[in-house]
Amino acid sequence: MDLNLIWFVLMVVLFFGYAMLDGFDLGVGILHLFGRTDKDRRLMLNSIGPVWDGNEVWLVTGGGALFAAFPNVYATLFSGLYLPLMLVLTALIFRAVSIEFRSKQIHEGWRRFWDAGFFVGSLLASVLMGVLVGNLAWGIPLDARHYYAGGFWNLLHPYALLVAVTTVALFMMHGSIYLVMKTEGQLHDRVRAWVHNTMIFFIICYATTTMATLLFVPRMAQPFHARPWLGFVALLNMLAIANIPRQIYHKRDFNAFVSSCFAIACLMALLAIGLFPNMLCSNPFPANSLDIYGAASSPLTLKIMLIIALVGMPLVLAYTLSIYWVFRGKVKLDEGSY
Amino acid sequence: MDASMLSRLQFALTVAFHYIFPPLSIGLGLILVIMESMWLRTGKELYHQMTKFWVKVFALIFSIGVASGIVMEFQFGTNWADYSRYVGDVFGSALAAEGIFAFFLESGFLAVLIFGWDRVGKKMHFVATLLVATGSMFSAVWIIVANSWMQTPAGYHIVPGPGGVPRAEVVDFIQVVLNHSTLDRLGHTLMGAWQTAAWMVLSVSAFYLLKKRHVEFAKASIRVALSVALAGALLQLLSGHASAKGVAVNQPAKMAAFEGHWKTSPAGMYLFGWYVPPASAATNVAGEVRGGLCIPGLLSWMIHGDAATPVTGLADFPAAERPPVNPVFQTYHIMVAIGMLLIVLSLAGGFFWWRQTLWDKRWFLRICVFAVVLPQAANQLGWFSAEVGRQPWIVYGLMKTQAAVSPGANAAQIWASLAMFAVMYLLLFVLFIYLLDHKIRQGPQEAVHAAGPALHGDRAGV
Repeated sequence: MDLNLIWFVLMVVLFFGYAMLDGFDLGVGILHLFGRTDKDRRLMLNSIGPVWDGNEVWLVTGGGALFAAFPNVYATLFSGLYLPLMLVLTALIFRAVSIEFRSKQIHEGWRRFWDAGFFVGSLLASVLMGVLVGNLAWGIPLDARHYYAGGFWNLLHPYALLVAVTTVALFMMHGSIYLVMKTEGQLHDRVRAWVHNTMIFFIICYATTTMATLLFVPRMAQPFHARPWLGFVALLNMLAIANIPRQIYHKRDFNAFVSSCFAIACLMALLAIGLFPNMLCSNPFPANSLDIYGAASSPLTLKIMLIIALVGMPLVLAYTLSIYWVFRGKVKLDEGSY
Repeated sequence: MDASMLSRLQFALTVAFHYIFPPLSIGLGLILVIMESMWLRTGKELYHQMTKFWVKVFALIFSIGVASGIVMEFQFGTNWADYSRYVGDVFGSALAAEGIFAFFLESGFLAVLIFGWDRVGKKMHFVATLLVATGSMFSAVWIIVANSWMQTPAGYHIVPGPGGVPRAEVVDFIQVVLNHSTLDRLGHTLMGAWQTAAWMVLSVSAFYLLKKRHVEFAKASIRVALSVALAGALLQLLSGHASAKGVAVNQPAKMAAFEGHWKTSPAGMYLFGWYVPPASAATNVAGEVRGGLCIPGLLSWMIHGDAATPVTGLADFPAAERPPVNPVFQTYHIMVAIGMLLIVLSLAGGFFWWRQTLWDKRWFLRICVFAVVLPQAANQLGWFSAEVGRQPWIVYGLMKTQAAVSPGANAAQIWASLAMFAVMYLLLFVLFIYLLDHKIRQGPQEAVHAAGPALHGDRAGV
């Protein structure tokens, strides 16, 4: 049993869980200012109201698990990408309190301020996460001790910015599909139009990113040369994305949402396949990369962590699903709402 | 200031701000369980009102706790990268377990707690309340496990890790989790949390009573909160004593700093005082506490049960391995003083309640309004004492704090993040107080009507 491989997969699963769940929270936040009336904005806010906090826990747990399973990656990545990470934290804090504070006062200026906070926080977090993913794919300069050897501005190269824009597009699309599921009446009809626009935006970004990756980041394409059957994942991804407009047209909103989730899963899988067996690729000096064997905790710790995960995560999935079930259906405002 | 000092300052600031909120969540979680169970048992609408009101306060507290908490999860990596590399094998597991067992539970069922009143039955809602309270307690468990391992490391060995760099690795996970100080410190933290929330409820309820508003609500809330405050204060006495004995055995330098004890010898206990370090490094020159009140033999007696047994003094440790004494001595003593004061106040409250004179004792109610800050202060002082008392070690006896900072961290970027946190947390704190104050002035029943204009407008819009 290759514990390191298992934990690599679990890390991908944890961050996929985050992208799938907080992805639509962030998407709804980016779309927030497109809501025209106070009521529309409250409806959008409350569509994620009960679940956004639990969704964000996937990021916290992902970070904790990274610390436990691959402490050298956790240390190098977080200390190296210091400012971007601090900005992500700022953005997430702002997003959180904007949701909590926004409707607590009737005053219009107050609500406008927190609407902007919700938007900016969600947008900034999405952009920075995209920058992070883009740099994972592109590689970051690491020295012989596997410490980060770059600065801040070198992280904002064109490829990383492209992935950042793609991430924003992805979350906007995912968020709009979620809103289509959760809203009704006039707002629902307006949001359906958003789905089409964001989907086109995403497809253009995705196509561009794929081309850029194949042309400029050959290391990411290499596993597909060696094992062409992995291209199946890319095919599934395209089918999933293509399925979205079909389901929307047939008014099967939930199926569209599932397709969007599946597309995110495929994207994460493609990233993981490209990176494997590295977690932090060094660019330049690929020999300095941190891979799943060189950056990991001891086998005993990986085993203990696996037991913790096998006990805990099924419970988490079970009650998370049941909580979503409690809040199924269209969002309605009541005295408890945000 | 260099990167190392700035990182310490930032960690202290962010964790101090964060720690205003989780104790409130943990304690209020317990109080909500009590209140809602009383509603389920008696069916009295008053308990329903109480639960709903305090749930709203809980939501506000919890959101800021979460927001400031993510910062902590990441900060080990951002600012303490060499620490993370050295102890990640051991320490990281506790943090990951906190996420898996605690955070998902509390954040997940929070949804039902706050928003699920009309979507689930009364019993299911109570289960949600119970699980949120449980989740918050589990969170305390794992973070105390992690911090306790830094104080009294166990269940590990130091071996070459990847690249041949030495690091701590787990040998026995049970010993890691149940290291020598975990249980004492867990009890201590939880009793602190219970009191923190109880005194907040007492403060608000006393305020209502003084203003003669929501009188039945206030009285019922006080009954619950005072019970929790009293239980917490008395148990804290036991927990504090056990914890101190543990520190004397496992972290003798810290105990020496707590009490300003220089030479290993039978020791008295200073109730207060000011520590003056030795004027020179000559061996016959001693540090001593001045201007204080000392009870001879008491420290030896408290620790060993015998006034003649020596207590380890600061002189037994090389100068570089002694914590800064006055910061530790003063914070420790003030924390203990507050703890004693809280015992007196809760006993007084209990006494007046028993005599059925509590509602008329306006001077006591006024004290209750302001006493909300006491447990908060004790929490902060206690943590300061514990963490500064551990210096210069980040892991006691194993790794020094100065070796733990992220290598190559530049001071400019830490200034930037420090400034960002300072500004943002100040803003959040002001808003927290503002919104809390607003909610308190609105009061329980009024909360429904105040939401009215927005609510009715929405309904009309449909």
